[in-house]
Amino acid sequence: MRPHLLALLAKEPAHGYELKQALEQTFGSAYPSPNIGQIYVTLGRLEKDGLIRAVDVEQSNRPNKKVYYLTAKGRDALTAWVDEPTEGPRVRDEFFMKLVLAPLTGIADRMALISRQRRHYLSLMRDLNDLLVHIEPGDRVAILLIEGAMLHLQADLDWLERCQEDLA
Amino acid sequence: MNPVVKTVSLVKIYSGGAVPVPAVRGVDLQVEPGEFVAIMGPSGSGKSTLVHMLGGLDARTSGEIWLDDQRVDTLSESAWALLRRKKIGFMFQFFNLVANMTVADNVELPALLAGVSPKDARERREHLLGALNLSERADAAPGQLSGGEQQRVALARALANQPSVLLTDEPTGNLDSRNTRDVLRLLSDVHKEGQTIIMVTHDARVASLADRLVSLFDGEIVDDGRIARRRTGTAGAVIDLR
Ligand SMILES: Nc1ncnc2c1ncn2[C@@H]1O[C@H](COP(=O)(O)OP(=O)(O)OP(=O)(O)O)[C@@H](O)[C@H]1O
Ligand SMILES: [Mg+2]
Repeated sequence: MRPHLLALLAKEPAHGYELKQALEQTFGSAYPSPNIGQIYVTLGRLEKDGLIRAVDVEQSNRPNKKVYYLTAKGRDALTAWVDEPTEGPRVRDEFFMKLVLAPLTGIADRMALISRQRRHYLSLMRDLNDLLVHIEPGDRVAILLIEGAMLHLQADLDWLERCQEDLA
Repeated sequence: MNPVVKTVSLVKIYSGGAVPVPAVRGVDLQVEPGEFVAIMGPSGSGKSTLVHMLGGLDARTSGEIWLDDQRVDTLSESAWALLRRKKIGFMFQFFNLVANMTVADNVELPALLAGVSPKDARERREHLLGALNLSERADAAPGQLSGGEQQRVALARALANQPSVLLTDEPTGNLDSRNTRDVLRLLSDVHKEGQTIIMVTHDARVASLADRLVSLFDGEIVDDGRIARRRTGTAGAVIDLR
């Protein structure tokens, strides 16, 4: 979550609760409901690393609140995050390890393993379908994210079929 | 309740060529009323052959096919034709729309042939064409439609007389994402109304509409089980966004 908070602070200084709201607004229902505690912990770490700094702002009849802003070092870290190529899709996943190692254990039949995994992927796909049906049409970021997840799943399923053909 | 479709040790061997090709090798399948079954499997695994046999478009080599408690694999060609009209809706890779009839007439025809009143046939046609976003094309000839439009007309026609079972092979094969969405919505709507559906597809999104997945491999069923419905949360609850 570190770079996400840095990016929001690059736009304008904010306190913890404002960052939570900004995440919700930007990502719509796509963001796994940001936890305020986690936001404060992350802000503490960013501050300790010198990427952000806080000023105390007095509030009448309330405790002071901390408003955070980005430091030069923080801006560099953010730029580096944006500029670096992003990690590609995972290939060596848990399922693949099972598939390769299963024959050694003698416990699992690989055809059955593939079939079960296929149904599991389809039930994930079904969830995504349901989400897409019920989502607000204006929730663009979430829609794109779901469509992305669907395409990844389709690729996983195509690959399962390849694995299955290989067993023959 | 008795199954809508049942096969017993169903076998199809194509023997026209130099070597016989065993396309379906002993399939036992039972589909209950209202079920939505997806059939998946690699290319050449026998999916199309299986659903063609279920619809009487391909003769079986051995085994039995039952439809609504009637044994049908032994029927004559003409008895099959009659049965298809009443009980089976098809939507296959080839659409077979009647070229010199309008879209509207193509969709109404099966219901009329099955003895539905003209008024009911028209209402059903209007409903189906509306659901598939085709109302404005009702008076066109099939030849004037795009591939995707023809495919949707074929689906409307297949559903026109509320068949005992809808058999469909790659129902979204030629469709872009918007038209795919219309077809998916109609399939899940008619399924909710109790339509039994057997659908071959490679598309995981389409397959995930079904309640049950049958996996074919080399002409045999290698897996047959439910596609679990899990809880639906927000997108954030499903997608791992760190
Ligand atoms: N008319 C035919 N004559 C001879 N062999 C055929 C005929 N139709 C299909 N086959 C063979 O039967 C096997 C199963 O074919 P089928 O069309 O049922 O596969 P499928 O699972 O539908 O594949 P796809 O995903 O490519 O549509 C294949 O080996 C195919 O070559
Ligand atoms: Mg096929």
